[in-house]
Amino acid sequence: MSFDNAYESLLGEDDAHWAFGTGFSEALAGVDREVPGGVDRADLAAYCLMLGDDALVLSQRLAEWTSRAPELEEDVALANIALDLLGQARLLLTRAGEVEGAGRDEDALAFLRDERDFRNVHLAEIECGPVAGGDFATTIARLLVFSSWKVASYSRLRGSADPVLAAVAEKGLKELAYHRDHAAQWTVRLGDGTDESHRRMRAGLERVWPFVDELFAPHAVELRLPGVAVDPSELRAEVDGVLDAVLPAAGLERPADVPAARVNGRAGRDGVHTEAMGYLLAEMQHLHRSLPGAVW
Amino acid sequence: MVIAVTTAYDVAAQVRDPELPVLTLADLGVLRDVTEAPGGRVSVTITPTYSGCPALDEMGADLRRSLLAAGYSAVEVRTSLSPAWTTDWISEDGLRKLREAGIAPPSRLGPKVAGPVPLNLVPPSARVACPRCGSFRTSELSRFGSTACKALRRCLDCAEPFEHVKEI
Repeated sequence: MSFDNAYESLLGEDDAHWAFGTGFSEALAGVDREVPGGVDRADLAAYCLMLGDDALVLSQRLAEWTSRAPELEEDVALANIALDLLGQARLLLTRAGEVEGAGRDEDALAFLRDERDFRNVHLAEIECGPVAGGDFATTIARLLVFSSWKVASYSRLRGSADPVLAAVAEKGLKELAYHRDHAAQWTVRLGDGTDESHRRMRAGLERVWPFVDELFAPHAVELRLPGVAVDPSELRAEVDGVLDAVLPAAGLERPADVPAARVNGRAGRDGVHTEAMGYLLAEMQHLHRSLPGAVW
Repeated sequence: MVIAVTTAYDVAAQVRDPELPVLTLADLGVLRDVTEAPGGRVSVTITPTYSGCPALDEMGADLRRSLLAAGYSAVEVRTSLSPAWTTDWISEDGLRKLREAGIAPPSRLGPKVAGPVPLNLVPPSARVACPRCGSFRTSELSRFGSTACKALRRCLDCAEPFEHVKEI
């Protein structure tokens, strides 16, 4: 192939995949992939799916801002953050698929599962803009909470007995800390800005707050994987500490805790989602399902 | 008489980064290992700069192409995630080449500090010198630049905008 033009490189690649176009199934080619002794494979696969779905679904939500952000720099920023999360999702879903051992790769997991099979927390999927009902400030509020939570989680996950999770966490932690700084700086800028920006930042926090409680509720799978998974109930103090540093600087207060209702005690980790999830998946999966095996 | 021996490492080390073509993969510090096996087979290990770095596939393809063109029979490209890439792995030569190309190189981070990841409520007042005039009076325009690894800054003295490879 001569690569004389941009299109030529898109043709004839037999390892083309949807997410980036080429063979990321080799993503874990050089990583130690031994499943640690005594670990239940189904539980480990389910845990990787939880983390992978958190990253994938928020990545999809952030990508919706492309060309719609309040300024060009923010367009680029949100797309870059989405890209980091997508990269983490691909590694985690690839790991979920290989540990599961049923022949599903990252694409099959991302594009061919139905809503009830997704294991992300509700915070990742709820509508926070750019369409009606959401706002840039709401997206920033979500990013602040989500990335603060993930920083706390990944900094512990670096010590996981699963070598792949440890490696993904070590890499992802640096990215998430940068996302957290970005969200924190916007929170201060909007909260401490004009009356209007303050009002919208406060409304954004109130919008996402009911979904915070779920982040710290351990799932049975997490509790069955000591040494491999992080128990999210241990993360609350660290996340509260970060928010207590950011919110006063922004002239904001933590909203009252009124957790969103669960369905028979179940939420995102059990595959029970909000009404926004079906629309999100329809957009994300439509092309792949309409044209199975299509490449680009 | 000196006979030049070109190894697979030499070939791989010359491959350029698709997004920062002033740097070779060796300069960037993403080339982790090159192993030659009998029969002209080569195994190359690279590491991503960012989890979602779209250049990774292109790097693999370029490595394959260069090594096959140099006469090696088969090339396997592997990815290593741990230890995670840090801008401290960019060589001194790489830092110089970035500066010469008008891109502010990252500062050295040094050994990792233990404890929680610090939160930055204001953009850190990193001493980033303008790659054109050398002034340290620069400010951040955007925390994300044209690629994941760069931020956009401007010089308050010569007024030129420039990119900065951010420290991770």
